[in-house]
Amino acid sequence: MTIHLVKDELRPPGGSPRRHLISIADLTREDVERLLGTARTFASSLEREVKKLPTLKGRLVVNIFYESSTRTSSSFELAAKRLSADTLTVKSVGSSVDKGESLKDTALTLGAYDPDVIVIRHPQIGAPQLIARETTAHVVNAGDGKHQHPTQALLDLYTLQQELGRLEGLHVAIVGDVLHSRVARSLVQAFALVGVKCTLVGPPALLPRGLAAEQTTDIRVTREADVLYVLRMQNERMQPGANFVPSLREYTARWGITPERLRPGQKVMHPGPMNRGVEIDARVADAGDALIQQQVRSGLVVRMAALYDVLTGGPTGVRALAAAEVA
Amino acid sequence: MLWARELQGANVVFKGARVVDPVEAIDATLDVRIDDGVIAALGDDVETNEHRVVDAAGLVLAPAFVDPHVHLRTPGREDEETIASGTAAAAAGGYCAILAMPNTDPIVDTAATLGSLVESAKREAAVGVGFLAAITRGQRGEELTDMGELAELGAVAFSDDGVPVSSAGLMRRALQYASTTGRPLALHCEEPSLTRGGHVHDGVVAAELGIGGYPSIGESVMVERDLALAAHEEQPLHLLHLSAAESVAALRRAREHGVRASGEVTPHHLVLTDEAVRSLDPNLKMNPPLRAESDRLALIDALRDGTIEAIATDHAPHARHEKDVPFEAAPFGVTGLETAFAVLYSELVEPGIVSLPALLERMSAGPARIFGLRRPRIATGERANIVLIDPNGTTRVTENGFKSRSVNSWLLGRALKSRIAMTLAGGAVVFE
Repeated sequence: MTIHLVKDELRPPGGSPRRHLISIADLTREDVERLLGTARTFASSLEREVKKLPTLKGRLVVNIFYESSTRTSSSFELAAKRLSADTLTVKSVGSSVDKGESLKDTALTLGAYDPDVIVIRHPQIGAPQLIARETTAHVVNAGDGKHQHPTQALLDLYTLQQELGRLEGLHVAIVGDVLHSRVARSLVQAFALVGVKCTLVGPPALLPRGLAAEQTTDIRVTREADVLYVLRMQNERMQPGANFVPSLREYTARWGITPERLRPGQKVMHPGPMNRGVEIDARVADAGDALIQQQVRSGLVVRMAALYDVLTGGPTGVRALAAAEVA
Repeated sequence: MLWARELQGANVVFKGARVVDPVEAIDATLDVRIDDGVIAALGDDVETNEHRVVDAAGLVLAPAFVDPHVHLRTPGREDEETIASGTAAAAAGGYCAILAMPNTDPIVDTAATLGSLVESAKREAAVGVGFLAAITRGQRGEELTDMGELAELGAVAFSDDGVPVSSAGLMRRALQYASTTGRPLALHCEEPSLTRGGHVHDGVVAAELGIGGYPSIGESVMVERDLALAAHEEQPLHLLHLSAAESVAALRRAREHGVRASGEVTPHHLVLTDEAVRSLDPNLKMNPPLRAESDRLALIDALRDGTIEAIATDHAPHARHEKDVPFEAAPFGVTGLETAFAVLYSELVEPGIVSLPALLERMSAGPARIFGLRRPRIATGERANIVLIDPNGTTRVTENGFKSRSVNSWLLGRALKSRIAMTLAGGAVVFE
């Protein structure tokens, strides 16, 4: 009990004791701009010779991954390390989850180490809320089911801003399996916050009615967009016999992004992992107009900003670096 | 047929209650005397004899409720509910009779299983319990159960509740054969190829949250199919837990064309919409799911105009650890016996949406009529099946307050207007 009190006193003043990053829907435009600003500040610090900042020294960041992940888990781990936090990564394979331990018990077990932040990826919506309920940690959602992947949306905004110089007024066409995509759901909300026009394009059964964006099945509409955001065809989510599309071959022929479907200068993004030759032609993925590598790089600084933001309650970017240097 | 344990008939006089029996067209301030569990006198200043006298001024005295749709989880999941705990919960909710669904483990599809439940009910049940038996063996949707034998043993009706009868041909045979038993079929209408992977109504909330959608047509196409079969076979049927406006419209149309079809609706579908699911509380996950506001309003309309004749709780207890998981991993179902009247009084009667007599009718006479049960009546010579309601009281819903063994109520933490003050079932005081 005493330990908790001391810890709370050491938290930066003004920071609410329990900030989470669970859904873009919880953020305001101001929040998004602050997070992107903090990420830019961290990006400039990474250009120095010594890349490690002491900002989160002594803090514990626990990563719990119930789904396979390369980009997200590695960048969260590196983000925490770049900020000098202690990190602990638990994957469902090889842990007690394999033995049937419930999420609640895993949360209670890891919560006993008193982590400052828990980063969680889970195949079901609501898992981050359950972690928030059962522990005293700040929770960052690294993907919950088909619901949300807020740091992906933030890193995409960051990438767009860096590469195209602005957000307001851009037009992005999101192409593919929107139905099963937490990335698309987060992006639709994030784009609405910052004034990016968004069009959803794909086969009818993969476009859920009710999302706050224009929808069309006509791939030719993507020509009007500044950026094509290509979604992964989520094979693993397609139950046999579901018939969302007749076949992947048919999907590729009608909605796959090939060089022929791109206008010169149109940028292409993809959250990964890609199915080359399915939703995206290899020539497109490797072309100069693809921002896919930039997205991965943005992931690191945006996740540093996310960890920093939940722990501090988020001063602006300039003050963030100042605070980082003082620490 | 209903079964309960033998209880001592009450000797009690209620003084100055507002007696409301919508079917008997009574709504007046009266005294009611009960001698050995039988209503003996009804009027002004009745003799109190040596009886206990209850000052019922300001209280409503009405026919006790009948719940046509309860899961008692026995046999198989006695950790979640037993006949004793489920009927105690019913008594606390103002019910004198409940009907238990057969989707237990094992399924109630043989005389042996039904017989053992009847024996348990005679020992344990605080209020009358009737049992439905399965339509198909193991509820597998392949072969009919021995409906004749099950009906003779007292099965009130037949249902594969929890799962639909997928084959139209088998449903037709069930309608044909059930007619020889005089017992209705109670149908869980769901087209599995439309609801697979669905956890919530297929609307804006499902789209935004990315939770698998369970569309209204997943219910209504099966409602339409079964109504068409019932019309063709000229047999009655009862539609369980209706949730969609399309289903209600189909039921209304069929009834206008002379089909002997009835329907029920749950308190949660009358009060909540899928917007509530945004909280991701697993106690808001039920089958069929909470739907849109337009569906909710259609259900209320149907309840008011009598298209829907019964309110059913679909009381579905679940163990705490099974609901203490992320929304999509949680099982469907919520409890409701102990809160049904209070929540409907708070949300529908108090705001003037449904009249008190109409609510009382749909919670008692309506379901009794559908299932051919003796209707609880406030009349001399009748066994006392009476609920005493304090409309100015408060029902605080807390985990510790339930008689049910399970606490998966969507109303936890809420304070509801009105309170069940006393319940008499089969002439005995079973709750106060």
